[in-house]
Amino acid sequence: MAPGPARERRGEDGAGAMTGLLDGLGRRALEILRVLGHHATFLVDLLRACPVALRRPYLVIAQIHAIGNLSLVIILASGLAVGFVLALQMYYALVTYGAAESLGLIVNLSLTRELGPVVTALLFAGRAGTSLTAEIGLMKAGEQLAAMDMMAVDPRSRVLAPRFLAGLVSMPILAVLFSSIGILGAYVVAVLLIGVDAGNFWSIMQSGVDVRRDIGNGVIKSIVFGFICTFVALYQGYEAKATPEGVAHGTTRTVVIASLGVLMMDFVLTALMFSTP
Amino acid sequence: MGKKSIETFVGIFVLLGMAGLVFLALKAANLGSFSGGDTYTLTAYFDNIGALKVRAPVRSAGVTVGRVASIRLDPKLYQGVVELAINRDVQFPSDSSLRILTSGLLGDQYVGVEPGAAEKMWAGGDTIKQTQSAVVLESLISQFLFSKAADAGGAPAPAASAPGPSGGKK
Repeated sequence: MAPGPARERRGEDGAGAMTGLLDGLGRRALEILRVLGHHATFLVDLLRACPVALRRPYLVIAQIHAIGNLSLVIILASGLAVGFVLALQMYYALVTYGAAESLGLIVNLSLTRELGPVVTALLFAGRAGTSLTAEIGLMKAGEQLAAMDMMAVDPRSRVLAPRFLAGLVSMPILAVLFSSIGILGAYVVAVLLIGVDAGNFWSIMQSGVDVRRDIGNGVIKSIVFGFICTFVALYQGYEAKATPEGVAHGTTRTVVIASLGVLMMDFVLTALMFSTP
Repeated sequence: MGKKSIETFVGIFVLLGMAGLVFLALKAANLGSFSGGDTYTLTAYFDNIGALKVRAPVRSAGVTVGRVASIRLDPKLYQGVVELAINRDVQFPSDSSLRILTSGLLGDQYVGVEPGAAEKMWAGGDTIKQTQSAVVLESLISQFLFSKAADAGGAPAPAASAPGPSGGKK
């Protein structure tokens, strides 16, 4: 008779813990769904605001200047550095197989397929994404967005959509420039410094690189990454808490989420694009 | 900064992007040299295509005249069926033969065309049976070893006699 109530109590405790666990699980699942739904409605609002924003092209152009032009230096410098290093490393690896002439091909494929879009997107998230988040977060903290709403100006079409479109336009251009300058950097190191034959460098590259498959897919990747980076930056800025901490938090989250999103999406896109030989 | 100068800078930026794309397409890829526009198709049957790949070049006298368009297996003959897209301005006599060759020792494989002498020319859609398979290194080595072994078996005293001068060559 003695163990009866004890077991009952233990059973009750177990049930309590169980429901607690279920509560937590359910709460977390609902939270994930809520965040996803929030993202989706934000995206729909953003896309709906885009045609309105296109009617004021100057807003978009000014944002392309802020996002694209001003990112140009860091993108070009990084592309050149990556091209240099890639050529040097590949040369050390290839020269043992007597295949140093294939250097151009390897550098080109790795840049146009992977490194160009991905590294540009990571730099873009750091350089332009954070500034977008901080700008919009501070606009919100200063109640500028609310003021716009009061004046019957939709902040989505006036503030968010031009930045979104500018990100979509800038990112592929930056990625293409990154790849181009990287190939030129590899040319400088391989041909001018090491002395790989220039004719072979270009001709092997040309015979191995396909415009649609390699360069076209790279451009598609960079458009997708531009979408991810800009969307995450705008969302984090728009949904940031209207405090200094909130803006700081949003800026950090922009870099983390955009970088992880880009890297994961890159794997998916690569698997889809290059699975067939 | 004025409105005009920002527009100019953005124009330069977009122009730079286009220049980069043109550079990638023309200088770093094969858009200019072979767009695959004006070609006719030939179908060739090979016993063994080796490591031939789609888009491998078709060469005659070392000059690229076309590309491999597709590769599949004939389910009845168990032969490799290779479709070749040849430039329209290059014509070959109908008794020409095709070979699968390797560029360099470890290079990629390509289809070589040995021109014949017939009056009639190959036309689009023709099927070619006069082909020579790719050289498979393993069968080459085993052929060599078997001929070596045959030579050694024929010689009465293997320790004393040096291999015949012509025996080892293949």
